[in-house]
Amino acid sequence: MIGIVDYRAGNLTSVARALESLNEPCMITNDSRLLDDASHIIFPGVGAAGAAMANLRESGLDGHLKKWVQNGKPVLGICLGTQVIFDRSEEDDTPCLGIVPGVVKRFPADLREGEQRLKIPHMGWNRVAFRKNHPVFAGIPEDAEFYFVHSYYPAPADETWAAGWTDYGIRFCSAVARGNLVAVQFHPEKSGRPGLTLLANFCRWGGSDAQ
Amino acid sequence: MLSKRIIPCLDVRDGRLTKGIKFKENVDIGDPVQAARAYYEQGADEIVFYDITASAEARAIMLDVVKRVAETIFIPFSVGGGIRTVDDMRQVILAGAEKVSVNSEAVKNPGVIRDGARAFGSQCIVLGMDVKKVLASREIPSGYEMVIHGGRTFTGLDALRWAKEAERLGAGEICLNSIDADGTRDGYELDLTALISSHVGIPVIASGGAGKPEHLLDVLTRGKADAALIASMVHYRTHTIPEIKNFLHDHGVKTRLQW
Repeated sequence: MIGIVDYRAGNLTSVARALESLNEPCMITNDSRLLDDASHIIFPGVGAAGAAMANLRESGLDGHLKKWVQNGKPVLGICLGTQVIFDRSEEDDTPCLGIVPGVVKRFPADLREGEQRLKIPHMGWNRVAFRKNHPVFAGIPEDAEFYFVHSYYPAPADETWAAGWTDYGIRFCSAVARGNLVAVQFHPEKSGRPGLTLLANFCRWGGSDAQ
Repeated sequence: MLSKRIIPCLDVRDGRLTKGIKFKENVDIGDPVQAARAYYEQGADEIVFYDITASAEARAIMLDVVKRVAETIFIPFSVGGGIRTVDDMRQVILAGAEKVSVNSEAVKNPGVIRDGARAFGSQCIVLGMDVKKVLASREIPSGYEMVIHGGRTFTGLDALRWAKEAERLGAGEICLNSIDADGTRDGYELDLTALISSHVGIPVIASGGAGKPEHLLDVLTRGKADAALIASMVHYRTHTIPEIKNFLHDHGVKTRLQW
């Protein structure tokens, strides 16, 4: 059973529907005991970092998330879920969970690509250059694109955490991975077939990043 | 670099497509869920539903359509038409849509943009704009005026001013429809699209006038649009989404070719 962590950060049903289409049993819950029993944890979310962290602290899920990552349970962060596992977010200058060393930064206001001024949020389809041979990214074509919508991006302090890179005026880290943790800035549940491939890989993954 | 998005628009009345789309073997289908699935499989980057009915019963039917679409396609989709309040938005979002679009309702009550953005985030709120070209005047300095009720009512509101105001209120995206170009199949209103897109910091989806792939090329380059809405050119199978994407790719526009 895949546990989807409900911490009142947006509508989580789209992740559940994508898993259902893959015939993966899942539950959306904020009950840490049920999540303790889940084989895998998905930590999604849209919205603002400040409100998300407040909800996580209030519900006590912040401590459980750290525990699941430490205990070796496969954990997948998505979008805001990925951002709040870092030390800190520039969004409302929010202290976050500190699972991944580094800061979540706002895209610079004068982002450019050649002559063209780029819009923020980074909204739409973009490529991800994934780390080779990670089981969760297996079978995804190199030119596959994923759906993004965000104004802040993860910047790991230690680049060995980075597992995917995307270009939008700057080159930013769009996926991190270490041990049993994978976290992505894009929305695999809204990224067509490549996204479903990633989710299916995660659901079958034992939590080791060994090749 | 972001790909330019190609977005089919489906008009729905009482849970059925108002104009059927030609499916494989030219069979005409009227089921919005099947149509959405077909476009998803053809590589649509997003889908827009426009509910042209407004009665309470029709709303319940539409929510059921949204629910079934959300189980069937795994790309973003938006729903517009008759959304007046944050509660209307919530119902559509909980049924599974990523985005809601507000149009006439927001002109009458701009606060709904701000309230929607606060409740669900700006990325959920699309401002639909129906625009007509007029003589530039003191009231309408851009020469483009907002119209509502499907183009029948002039509002005295300058389109450029309204676009900036909506961005300030928290709209995350603009779907810009030229009433003059709509239905002509002669191409998008390039000047209007470029004007709005270059003066706001949020993405602009061009709408109205698409008849052939060249029109999309024009609006995504000279028109500075971030995405292009298409309807009849794919509904009647005069063109297909892969054909349009390949054409754009061959002319140097980045599109999503792998799905």
